[in-house]
Amino acid sequence: MTATEEAPLLTVSGLNVAIEGAAGTVQPVRDVSFTLAQGDSLAIVGESGSGKSMTSLAVLGLLPEQATVRAEDLRFDGAELTGLADPDWQQLRGEQLAMIFQDPLSALNPALTVGYQIAEMFRRHRGWGRSRARQAAVELMAQVGIPDPAARLRDYPHQFSGGMRQRVMIAMALALEPRLLIADEPTTALDVTVQAQILRLLRQRQRDGLALVVISHDLGVVARSARRVVVMYAGTLVESGLVAEVYPAPAHPYTAGLLAASPRARGTAGSVRPIDGQPPDISALPAGCAFHPRCPIARERCTVERPKLRVVAPGRESACHFAEEVLTGEPTKRGTGAAHG
Amino acid sequence: MIAFIGRRLGLAVLLIFGAITIVFLALRVIPGDPASLILGSQASEAELAALRTELGLNEPLFLQYLHHLADLLRLDFGESWRLGADALSSTLERVPATFTLAGTALLITIGLGFPLGLYAARNAGGWGDRLVSYSSLVGQALPSFWVGIMLVLVFASALNLLPSTADGTIWGLLLPAVTLSLPFLGWLARLVRNGALEELGKEYVRTARSKGMSERVVFYVHVLRNTLTPAVTVLGLILGNFIADAVIIEVVFAWPGIGSLLIDSITNRDYAVAEAAIVLIAACYILLNLLVDVLCSYLDPRISLEAV
Amino acid sequence: MTAAVQARRVTRMRPRAKVAAGILGLFLVCAAIGPLLYPYDSVATSVADRLLPPGSALSEGGLAPLGTDQLGRDVLAQVLDGARVSLLVALATVLIGGFAGLVLGMLAGYFRGLTDTVISRIGDIQLAFPSILLAILLAGVLGPSVLNVIIALAVTRWVIFARVVRGSALETRDREFVDSARVLGVGHLRIMWRYIFPACVQPLLVAATVQIGLTMVAEAALSFLGLGVPVDQASWGATIANGRDYLSSAWWIAAVPGLALTIVVVCVGILGDELRKVTDPSERERA
Repeated sequence: MTATEEAPLLTVSGLNVAIEGAAGTVQPVRDVSFTLAQGDSLAIVGESGSGKSMTSLAVLGLLPEQATVRAEDLRFDGAELTGLADPDWQQLRGEQLAMIFQDPLSALNPALTVGYQIAEMFRRHRGWGRSRARQAAVELMAQVGIPDPAARLRDYPHQFSGGMRQRVMIAMALALEPRLLIADEPTTALDVTVQAQILRLLRQRQRDGLALVVISHDLGVVARSARRVVVMYAGTLVESGLVAEVYPAPAHPYTAGLLAASPRARGTAGSVRPIDGQPPDISALPAGCAFHPRCPIARERCTVERPKLRVVAPGRESACHFAEEVLTGEPTKRGTGAAHG
Repeated sequence: MIAFIGRRLGLAVLLIFGAITIVFLALRVIPGDPASLILGSQASEAELAALRTELGLNEPLFLQYLHHLADLLRLDFGESWRLGADALSSTLERVPATFTLAGTALLITIGLGFPLGLYAARNAGGWGDRLVSYSSLVGQALPSFWVGIMLVLVFASALNLLPSTADGTIWGLLLPAVTLSLPFLGWLARLVRNGALEELGKEYVRTARSKGMSERVVFYVHVLRNTLTPAVTVLGLILGNFIADAVIIEVVFAWPGIGSLLIDSITNRDYAVAEAAIVLIAACYILLNLLVDVLCSYLDPRISLEAV
Repeated sequence: MTAAVQARRVTRMRPRAKVAAGILGLFLVCAAIGPLLYPYDSVATSVADRLLPPGSALSEGGLAPLGTDQLGRDVLAQVLDGARVSLLVALATVLIGGFAGLVLGMLAGYFRGLTDTVISRIGDIQLAFPSILLAILLAGVLGPSVLNVIIALAVTRWVIFARVVRGSALETRDREFVDSARVLGVGHLRIMWRYIFPACVQPLLVAATVQIGLTMVAEAALSFLGLGVPVDQASWGATIANGRDYLSSAWWIAAVPGLALTIVVVCVGILGDELRKVTDPSERERA
């Protein structure tokens, strides 16, 4: 556990995101806290709309203009990120912080060659000349496993397959050897074999000292790419812990439900049991615990009192009034219950 | 690529052929008897009959049409009775003047339309943006020949800054070119503005920002490159419209181009020249559209030439 | 749409649309009865009153609010007369072109196949030809007269209407209620009248509004070139052409009718925009 005892590379504490919309203000992220050490890996898990992408965009300062970010502490490598001026952000992004996105086809510029988009990192950040930057781009493309990189340099994104496009994104993000990479659903748009290749590529970089945040709704992806996991629901954290500890024994009924819905993640065979109901509308959250309408073990207390995230075991946190019960009970049975409850 | 251009060229030829047919129908069918038109009302019946035979007017219309097409294929548009010269070469003499005017108008349109559109996009919602939007709407509604006259009134008659008609200098070119460009200038500015704003909302912009690109680079490299393609596409259309609209503007400024020649020949019933001028303008218009298609497929890597 | 809904929409118009509607109303009144309200003969000449600036007193004691031209004709009277011609040409052109476009567009969209191919190709060829050229050619060959201007402009406009109508007809012909009518043995003519026509009306009206403005400019341009309305009739375009020769001595001759034309055309444009917003539900949501 030495990694977590050092000063963390990334500190997110009490992060709130509010978005002004036509129908009033919504809060897609509420009071989210986590830390990440150099070379460590963290997964943020949740259904779509749970606020996981918003959280990562807030870390990079990439939220749309209508969004306001408030945080007790939002710190990268000791430096405060909230209120950072544009030029400072530009220094940080690409050099220190990098991000890859879910759909590489729309995330890449359709009108610029792949070679240009990679070489741009060296040209704008390092001031390298055209040919030197292009040479570096070829090397990077080779490193991420793009065959015949010198010839493909002049190709446009639409001429690549989905997996190759995501490799281009990764090459771009890793060009300047950043210390933190946030991967937002990096494999969702890809087929299963390509998914495995991309995850292997990311894991390998992480072993070389890169801190990695993987955002996914897919617990299988998380199991194969991160050491620690935080689970988000309706904009808040509901559980956190080591992947190796959370998966066999979740401490929140939502995590249990997610696991039951994804048997592949736990390596057990069995039918998929989706969680009943829909994720709540963040502009009209239920009173009490936001999960209670869908929770198989919800009781009266859950409908009135919002549970706080608290330590429930060494290195484990959960935001459930009955976390201990979930933890010590039989999670599989709970999961089954979730499907019928 | 060659197959694509070939197909488009074939279509262009077909459209020019259509234009020739329209002109033939308008000039040969509507005015009644060309013989009496040429000889005037005092001509005797014998004289008329002789001329009709000479012109082939006794043949069925379809045969006349075929003969006419054959003539045009040999680039024989007939002779101008007014100028006493070959109709086509008289028209071709006027081409450089019209192209100079349309080309200058295009330069003005690009030179002002792009920066204005980009400025409006970067300041979207601000008063500058709104000013660009409103003036472009009004600019498109204005009757351009009147705007030209008002520009003459202000800059030539009242301020005495610029010549009111073509005087062979660059200053004589300025007013007609500005007049020609005004409606399309605002149109282009709005097109560029809306295109850039739409692109700014795309995901690749977020990617560029996540790469640490400055807002300048995001806008002037990433967004601009994607805004350029549709904007360049319309430049050809704009140039085509300039050549057509020049017909009126040339009259306003007494500009010695194809347009003023066309109006002169039509009012003087010099139909050989009128036909040559109209076919020439229509051909330019159609070929410019062709050029736009080809250019567009070059610029936008996503448009596969074979698929079009 | 009931009358009540329509009325509510009218009252919900944005202020600038209301102003535009008001100005256009004034224009309509002037065009209809203006020469009655303002008893000056627009073609009567008076050598004593040549090139008088706006607001001058006339030799016979009257007033020329907008001045006179080089023959002593009253400019305001010319503008009022010109309004009548402008409106007449625009309405007639849009009615004739719109009717031709409606019929041909419905035939093309409803029957598809060969009918559609022939009509659409003719339209394509015509649109590949700058419309102002076609108008100049036809008006020039036909000779100056109000009727000829209307014919020339209607020929250039039908394609626009036909395209709009064809689109709506294509969309409607495959709707379920049209299919069931066909199965029940309802005749083509009846289907087109009962089901296809109503779907085409709104887009046709929007297109017609836009075209009224464009037609007025086109008429003025033709008359300016001497190819439109004959010289013994007043037209904004002809008055502007006349004023061009007197720019340095009598700017008002060219300026006033052009200004009138510009204001009317801009108002038509604003109203057309409003109409599009009101009739197109997707536009309304965005607004």
